[in-house]
Amino acid sequence: MNEFLAFLDQVWLARFVILRGLGLTVSISLLAIALGSVLGVLVGLALTYGNRPLRFVVRAYTDFIRGTPVLVLVLASFYILSTIGIELNAFQAGVFALAVFCSSHVGEIVRGALQAIPPGQTEAAKAIGLTFSQTFTSVLWPQALRQMLPTWVNTAAEMVKASTLLSVIGVAELLLRTQEIISRNFMSLEFYFLAGLLYFAINYAIERFGKYVERKVSVPS
Amino acid sequence: MTKNLLEIQALRKRYGSVEVLKGVDCTMQQGEVISIIGSSGSGKTTMLRCINMLEDFQGGRILIDGEPIGYEERNGVRVRKSEKEIARQRALTGMAFQQFNLFPHMTAASNVMLGLIKVKKMARDEARSVAEKWLERVGLGQRADHYPGQLSGGQQQRVAIARAIAMNPRLMLFDEVTSALDPELVGEVLQVIKDLAADGMSMLLVTHEMRFAFEVSSRVIFMNQGVIGEEGDPKVMFLKPQTERLAEFLKTSSFA
Repeated sequence: MNEFLAFLDQVWLARFVILRGLGLTVSISLLAIALGSVLGVLVGLALTYGNRPLRFVVRAYTDFIRGTPVLVLVLASFYILSTIGIELNAFQAGVFALAVFCSSHVGEIVRGALQAIPPGQTEAAKAIGLTFSQTFTSVLWPQALRQMLPTWVNTAAEMVKASTLLSVIGVAELLLRTQEIISRNFMSLEFYFLAGLLYFAINYAIERFGKYVERKVSVPS
Repeated sequence: MTKNLLEIQALRKRYGSVEVLKGVDCTMQQGEVISIIGSSGSGKTTMLRCINMLEDFQGGRILIDGEPIGYEERNGVRVRKSEKEIARQRALTGMAFQQFNLFPHMTAASNVMLGLIKVKKMARDEARSVAEKWLERVGLGQRADHYPGQLSGGQQQRVAIARAIAMNPRLMLFDEVTSALDPELVGEVLQVIKDLAADGMSMLLVTHEMRFAFEVSSRVIFMNQGVIGEEGDPKVMFLKPQTERLAEFLKTSSFA
């Protein structure tokens, strides 16, 4: 009992540190997901509708990124980009690496969703005289969005987990903050558990939100 | 001389090295109802799809109201028209498909309204009332706000027909519209087509419903191996086929 009170005491002492770490984790994740999704949509469009050379280049990009550990991407964008004249601080480099990683996954999700739409949909749209851009915005994209929502939510949760890797380049997100606290009070079990709980809470919220949106946009049948 | 609504001249179409259409000639007047019959692989669906450029074609010309579809001559060279121009020409015809191809994320009314709003630039309210009028015509006035997934196959196909007709096309193309339906749902779709025919709609139908083709058509075209094998009045065609191929085909078909 006493031990638990001691833990609560330590949590109270470290509350601002934890909250700052949590805030940073959330910002990193949101930024990476947002940037990665925008870039990923472009990647997906290129993979689906691009001409041969473009498809080849973008395919090489996604295969390369998806085949590389995120940790390596994080380290590379922090240590290697500066050698070619791109100076990013740890936060920027980390977000960049996660966004790139996210984009390769979202790109595949977008491509898969668009290609899963039966060709008859495009034909029907053509037959009533819609141009390609009208067909895309009114017929294909709304269907693709519904199709990819669950997988996209999954990727978003993966990004939150991957944000912990930024601790190795010194970004003071939740995991690094937790480690700092532990180095002061040696309550490793308790504080790692707390950190785990917080990550779970974020991802649980993302998942619930995804389910909510899915219900909202589902087509009655 | 009456102007032809549709004129097909020496139409040729290849998939790779396989020639599917080997020079099809055909003309059609306003108000005609023409059924295209023939065994599978004879090129009947391909011919229909060339008319609204769902398929490119390599030779010959297709004219609607004298306007060449899909291609034009520039300095003696045959070039494909711009996508925008082709989109405009596609709206000259309406098409109903074997698999209905309704947009599943839109209600029946929205399916019909999409082309009216995007292509005809109609205001939303106006498009809605046009859509309701046509859904009423195909007997689905009560189903305007249902989604395709909530409708039976026959109802979906009727919505698809309403979607095409609402665009006020010069010519309706029907591509085996009853082939994917349960037998008990075929009748309601054929009835809609019959009503349209009675209204004087020009129609080109690819069909396996021989009895229907016999009853509704003003003319029948029998496609055989990429060319027109025989064409003429349905009574002559079905009752006194002139070619051996047609006689053989009719024997194996459901027409009795």
